[in-house]
Amino acid sequence: MATTPGRVPEPYADPVRGSAASLGKSVVVKGQIFSREDLTIDGEVEGAIELPEHRLTIGPNGKVNANIKAREIVVLGTVNGNMEVADKIDIRKEARLVGDIRSARVVIEDGAYFKGSIDIVKPDPPKPKPQPAPVVAPPPAAPLQAAAAAAGSSEVKRP
Amino acid sequence: MSGAAAQAGRAPQFTLRSQPVQSEIVTRHSPGLDQFFASLPGTPTAILDLAGANQANIEFITGLGHRIFSDDIARALENAFGEGPESFANQNDPARVEQFKSATLDFGVNALGGALLWDTLQYLSPPLLTETLDQLFHIIEPGSSLLAYFNSDERSALTPVCSYRIVDRKTVQIAPRGYNRPAQHFNNRALEKIFNRFNSVKFFLSRDNLREVLVRR
Repeated sequence: MATTPGRVPEPYADPVRGSAASLGKSVVVKGQIFSREDLTIDGEVEGAIELPEHRLTIGPNGKVNANIKAREIVVLGTVNGNMEVADKIDIRKEARLVGDIRSARVVIEDGAYFKGSIDIVKPDPPKPKPQPAPVVAPPPAAPLQAAAAAAGSSEVKRP
Repeated sequence: MSGAAAQAGRAPQFTLRSQPVQSEIVTRHSPGLDQFFASLPGTPTAILDLAGANQANIEFITGLGHRIFSDDIARALENAFGEGPESFANQNDPARVEQFKSATLDFGVNALGGALLWDTLQYLSPPLLTETLDQLFHIIEPGSSLLAYFNSDERSALTPVCSYRIVDRKTVQIAPRGYNRPAQHFNNRALEKIFNRFNSVKFFLSRDNLREVLVRR
């Protein structure tokens, strides 16, 4: 999210992550949202939201009535819906959240309202990268071969 | 709290807000909690926690491998029955009782492996208490447990409404967040009577005014 120089950033602004798409507080969306970048919602959304690889922030004015799939969710507003989170859901003290959560981690601040179930799901272990074929060292040369090689001979006669 | 206030996510307000809120947070040994966790099955199950969602309870229960269902029954009561002295009269309204049950106790038969009720039952009027315990009887598995706390000081008109945080399986941290008037006071005989449908009732004596009760379905 871009911030104005000299202005105190919103509590949920994350300047480290740079810009993110955002829906302002006067925006109303009915339908499905699929995003390949971080998204901040401060308006109203009804439908479904999916950010499989990114972070969703529901701002203090945000009102979301949708099932959500995301890598990470930060909630400061109101959510009605089930949430499936690969990494972490962060429920701030101003949040009001009704729905079931499946996440690897849950952080909830005192004062937040949450009604629903929480399932902690361990993230899938990273798949091992395909290893290159091991380099097989040639068998050690027999002393006679080694001697022949050292002498530059191309023929080895066995006794 | 009004429905609008609930929508806004404000903290619950309790009756007689002019009373000072006891600010002391108490950490105490809870033999009832210990036996509650001992009664849980070794396999993952679902636990209902009516203290309101907090990090400590979520971490502890999910750390044991169980699923946690969280709700804040103080807010649920205010949403369904309003606040103030008329809230107890509203607890006799069948439509409001149904609204409360469907909002707070809407689970399938035997869906839960246990329930942490904390001190909530003492704020329910007799008809609502009966309906609530009937519903709990249906939604928790046979052999599983309910943990309930009751203030044993019958002289006090007001009791502190607290949030309960699990420190470990034998210890709970109790943080007052307001006061409310109990709908009724219970002695041991009265407690046995309200849980007569259940398999067993176990009382734990304590030096403070909190009586712990473990009820086995």
